[in-house]
Order: sequence, then structure tokens, then C-alpha cells
Amino acid sequence: MKRGFTRALDFRHGQVEMTHGSGGRAMAQLVEELFVACFDNEALRRLDDQAQVEVPPGRLVIATDSHVVSPLFFPGGDIGCLSVHGTINDVAMAGARPLYLAASFILEEGLPLSDLRRIVVSMAEASRTAGVPVVTGDTKVVERGNGDGVFITTTGVGVVPDGVNVSGSRARPGDVVLVSGTMGDHGVAIMSLRENLSFGTTIQSDTAALHDLVAAMLDSVPDIHCLRDPTRGGLATTLNELARQSGVGIVIGESSIPVRGAVNSACEFLGLDPLYVANEGKLIAICAPADAEGLLAAMRGHPLGREAAIVGEVIEDEHAFVQMDTAFGGRRVVDWLTGDQLPRIC
Amino acid sequence: MKYIDEFRDGKLAQSLGGAIARTANANRRYRFMEFCGGHTHAIARYGVTDLLPPNVRMIHGPGCPVCVLPIGRIDMAIEIARRPQVILATYGDTLRVPASGRLSLLKAKAQGADVRMVYSTQDAVRLAEQHPEREVVMFAIGFETTTPPTALAIKEAEAKGLDNFFVFCNHVLTPSAISHILESPEVRDIGTVPIDGFVGPAHVSTIIGSRPYEFFAEEYQKPVVIAGFEPLDVMQAILMLVRQVNDGRCEVENEFTRAVSREGNLKAQSLVAEVFELRREFEWRGLGAVPYSALRLKDKYAAYDAERHYGVADRQVADHKACECGAILRGVKQPADCKLFGTACTPENPLGSCMVSSEGACAAHYTYGRFRDIARKTAAGGAAT
Repeated sequence: MKRGFTRALDFRHGQVEMTHGSGGRAMAQLVEELFVACFDNEALRRLDDQAQVEVPPGRLVIATDSHVVSPLFFPGGDIGCLSVHGTINDVAMAGARPLYLAASFILEEGLPLSDLRRIVVSMAEASRTAGVPVVTGDTKVVERGNGDGVFITTTGVGVVPDGVNVSGSRARPGDVVLVSGTMGDHGVAIMSLRENLSFGTTIQSDTAALHDLVAAMLDSVPDIHCLRDPTRGGLATTLNELARQSGVGIVIGESSIPVRGAVNSACEFLGLDPLYVANEGKLIAICAPADAEGLLAAMRGHPLGREAAIVGEVIEDEHAFVQMDTAFGGRRVVDWLTGDQLPRIC
Repeated sequence: MKYIDEFRDGKLAQSLGGAIARTANANRRYRFMEFCGGHTHAIARYGVTDLLPPNVRMIHGPGCPVCVLPIGRIDMAIEIARRPQVILATYGDTLRVPASGRLSLLKAKAQGADVRMVYSTQDAVRLAEQHPEREVVMFAIGFETTTPPTALAIKEAEAKGLDNFFVFCNHVLTPSAISHILESPEVRDIGTVPIDGFVGPAHVSTIIGSRPYEFFAEEYQKPVVIAGFEPLDVMQAILMLVRQVNDGRCEVENEFTRAVSREGNLKAQSLVAEVFELRREFEWRGLGAVPYSALRLKDKYAAYDAERHYGVADRQVADHKACECGAILRGVKQPADCKLFGTACTPENPLGSCMVSSEGACAAHYTYGRFRDIARKTAAGGAAT
């Protein structure tokens, strides 16, 4: 019997329709012509409802992250690569080697298929570069007006090698605090595109997968105490999380924190503090003082850590305050972020 | 950052701090009120107090536009925002100010009111153009600095023939607030708030000039130094105030000469005079009803006046019983003196207005300086045992 003819998806003029999420032929076509074609790997090709994969020995790490960034495309990236990097980084911050990703899409009816393809291609590229394949997924479509283009949830699994014990609760008085590069790039890149906030800027989002940097750091210093990526809430909020978890205080020096001139200027202009602006390709590391110089060298030796710096130290403090010696010569609290500095940043 | 970093230089700050310590007479205390929230914020954020000798103390004034807005005015804004045809445009800080019935504009938004944050009044005019079927109301707040942009927006709406743009006017005036503080019994008679001088407003003064302060300096015999919002500006102004006190002078001096002249911005002043007129009185949180301290739209521009258009009536709502915002805004108390500070009232769940805006005395102290309270308490406890 002759196979029925199916018109190929129109990636130039087509748009997402309700049928693309209804479980019928249209959905099967979207899955095959877009998702499988782009993410292409053995587990996915089987087209089961789940992926079966081999896992090396060690402690399993699972992390999940939803992405609702607006706008979908921004200088230096888009929601696609961001959704890959975000989850890989969450896995990597346990000191783990990320292995596989699952991706779940909530599409809004009317989203141009060209945009969707651009996003999926970017995701696939990010996953291939990182060496972490997307092995299973799901697609749902909501009526026009009930979503905002596309929301992507990714889940990642990875394995922590033996001897590595990274946790937000391991910071000890005397430990040294390092950051892997400049603070606030992602948030300012997004803001530069926002409605009503248009100003010309050359700032690109720093979105990047950090697991390779983490591996290089662990090679040099296996006993890193804490790792965390300062995403929403920025450096300030993440340091507060770590201080609270570990029951310690942290003192940072304002003049040692790397911030790009353009980010500083944009923040000044908008009344924001770069310490609270989101990053998507940076990490904070805390280690014993004896390991600090070695760790700094390892970070600077990696392309994603070239501008790494020692920014502070852990102190004893039952109130778990994060304090900062200002460049001006005073001292102040660096508190948790209050309210929402800017919504829908990742 | 050029033209900014120069005013935040740590080395200069150290030497200015040294100069203040040398100039200040060790046998007396100096208490200066910084009127503006911008100064309060700069002092807390850069840790200026760490660089001052112990006998020079700063008292936070009421110059934070969000903080002085009474609950009743926020209630009125929520009432306007809840009308289905209305888009309420507002500056970000106002969103979280607590109103009656555990509401705020942010909560009203979550319940369905169309409340949008804008960076300028021009954005609100643009919203009105983009949504001709809706009514866009600008929730206009602030001192003399933000008043000219509101006037400009009304003129722009008039020029564009927009009949769906309105202003809910809450603009207030700095000089009347300063006189009110100086007239208060705590300052005049009881002497519980001894104020030796004022750090005068920065941005407000770019509009009104330095001349309006000459009256207080003369009448109340208090020196005024107008200062910019950068930390070195504040320190330089403090040094100038200390010198005036030492010399027994009560003059208006201008540290912020790079932006402020004696006459101010005449163009902005005439624009404001064209659109606005004085209200007979206006309620300030903490200060109560202050005569001739706020503006409303002139009859000529009544068509743009949200209060008249929606017929919302002014109302008085009492603050939380234990809230000390009033006393803090008058300089009578410090944030840590309030029972609610840091317990029931935090930046996440503000009860009082001083905890809302980053320029508010409580929020600035909570966010940047509260570790000092602990040090103080520990020191006090240690001394007792």
C-alpha cells in the first residue's frame, strides 16, 4: 500500500497550532521533523515515552529548571541554549558530571514555527557542545494568550565522582570565596531589550555550561567546599543562601568583585545594583584558604574562568550576615534581594 | 564609570573623614539632618557613618516620596486601578507600599487590577496612545524633581489630543516639609531632636534652586548645605556644616554647584506653575496635615485630573498602631527604636512606609546597616556583665 503523503512542516510561514500538542499525527510530525531531527541521539530515536540510558557508578544528581525568559531571544543567547545551560549548571554545582537532559515544552498557539526551530536548533547546539544529550521530552500547546511563546522545563541527571563532596552547607570560617568572572552580564543583556528599557549596549548574556570548568577546578582542588551559580538574585542573594545554609558569615570586598564597566553604567542608570543582577554562566566557589590560589589558577586557566577573582572570606557569625567592605571605605550589609528586581530573567 | 567614580573615591573619603574629625570640636556634638532619601541611601550604602567621628551624627529626614505618602492616598490609587477600564502606571517603589486591608498595588495587581511599572511619565503617555480603548492613569508622586516631568506629560497628552490620559497627583513640596519639621515641638521647644543643620536636597534643588532655603537658614538659624547624592558630596557637605556650626554661621551653602544654581531651573519652574497650583493642605505620613505642602492640577487641566474624573474622595487612614514611621520621619526615633523593625516589619513584608523604598530610613538601615545594632547590643550586654 502506498504511504499517505504528509506535507512537511512549514518552518518559514507556519505556526504552532493546537493540534501540535494533541497527541495526533501533527504532534508526531513536530516531534520527528523538529525535535528528533535536531536533538538526534539513540535514546530519543527509539521514540518511547521515556529514555533508557546507562549510568556510571556514583551518586546520582537530579536537577530541574523551568525557563520563562522574556524576550525569547537576547544578545548572547536565547531561551533554548539558556534552558540547556541552566540545568547543566545546576547539576554541575554538585560537582557532578552531567549526563542526560529531558526537555518539556509548553508552546503557545500561534508561536511562529521559525522561532520554535531557531530555539530548538540553539538548544541542540548547546547540548552537543556540552556533550549532554536531550534524551526524552514532552510537548504541550496552550491557547493563544495563555502562554508567552514558549516555556521550557529541562531536567538533568549526572553523577558525582567518588571523593567529591560539594554542598552549600560546607563553608567554614576562614574559607575563601571566589567568583569565576564578571557579575551581572546576563541580567543587563536582557534588560537592554525590554520594553521601555531600550538603550544601546554591547553587553552579551554570559549564558554558558559550566560543567567543564567545574571538572577542571575539581581536578586541581578535589575538596571544593561549596559551588553555586549566582542566577536570579545575583551574587548578593546567592552568598546569603550559602551563609545561611552553612551557618556562617561572609565578608566580601567591593573593589575585588569583577563587574564590566558597561554593566556598572547600565545599573547606575537604572538604579540597580550589579550584585543583585542575574548571571547564567558564572559560579561562586568556596574552598579552604590553602587551596585558594590553586583553585584561582585552575579557574583562570579555563576559558570560562579567565576573569576569576578572590572576592572575600567566610567568617564566624551566628546571624549569617553577608557584609561588604565598600570601595568607599565603609562597611555594610549585603542583604537578600527584596521583591523582584526584574521579572522573567531566565 | 566616568563622572561617577570620582565621587566615590575611597582615598578622598578617608582624607575628608580625617578633616571632619580634625575640624569638629571634640567637646560638642553635631547633629545634622539629611532631608533627602537619596542622601539616606548613599550614607547607608557606602557606609559613610563609619568614616565620621562619633560626635557627628546624621538624622534621617522625611525626604523619601514613597515614605511620606499616607495610606489613604494608596487606597485611592487602588480604588482607581480596580476600575476595569483603567491601566494604572506607577513608579516601581510605590507598588509594595502597604495599604488598607492588607493590600498593596502589587496585591491588587495579582487580584486582576491592571497596574504597570513605568520608568517615566512619558512611558505612561505612550501607554495611553497604545491603548486608546483604555484609560491610563499616572500615579504621580514625588518632590519637586518629579513634578516637571508630570507637567510635561500633561502638556504632551494635550498636544496629542489624548482624552484617555489622567494624572493622580500626589506631588509634594520640600520647603513646606522642612519648615514643618522645624516648627514641630520636638525641635522647637522640647529639644528632643536637636538639629544643628541640614544637608539640603540634591535633585530637588536643581529645580527650585538654593534660594528657597535662605528663609530657614535666616528664620530658624540653621545652616543648610545643598549636597549631591554621591557619598563624597555628603561628606564634603558635613565638613561644611561643621565649619558653619563652629563659626556660628547660619548660611545656605552650595556643595552641589555642578548642578544647582541659586535660581534653579526656571523653565521647569514655569512649566510647573502653568499646570499645578497649591493644595490648601495635604496629609504626609508621619507629619500629619501640612499646609500648602502639595500640588494639584489647575482648573485649566481638570480634564486630566484623575481625582476629579473618578470622583475619588480624600480619606484618612490611621497607620499601624505600633508603627513608628511618623516619629522616624520627624527624626524623633531611629529605625532600631521601633518594636516592629526587623520582626513584623521587614522589606519583604513592610508594615510601615519607611521599610518600603530603598530610600526609606528603615529599609536603608535594614538592608545595609543592621549588623551595627547587633554589635551595639553585644557591646551593651558586655558592659553590663
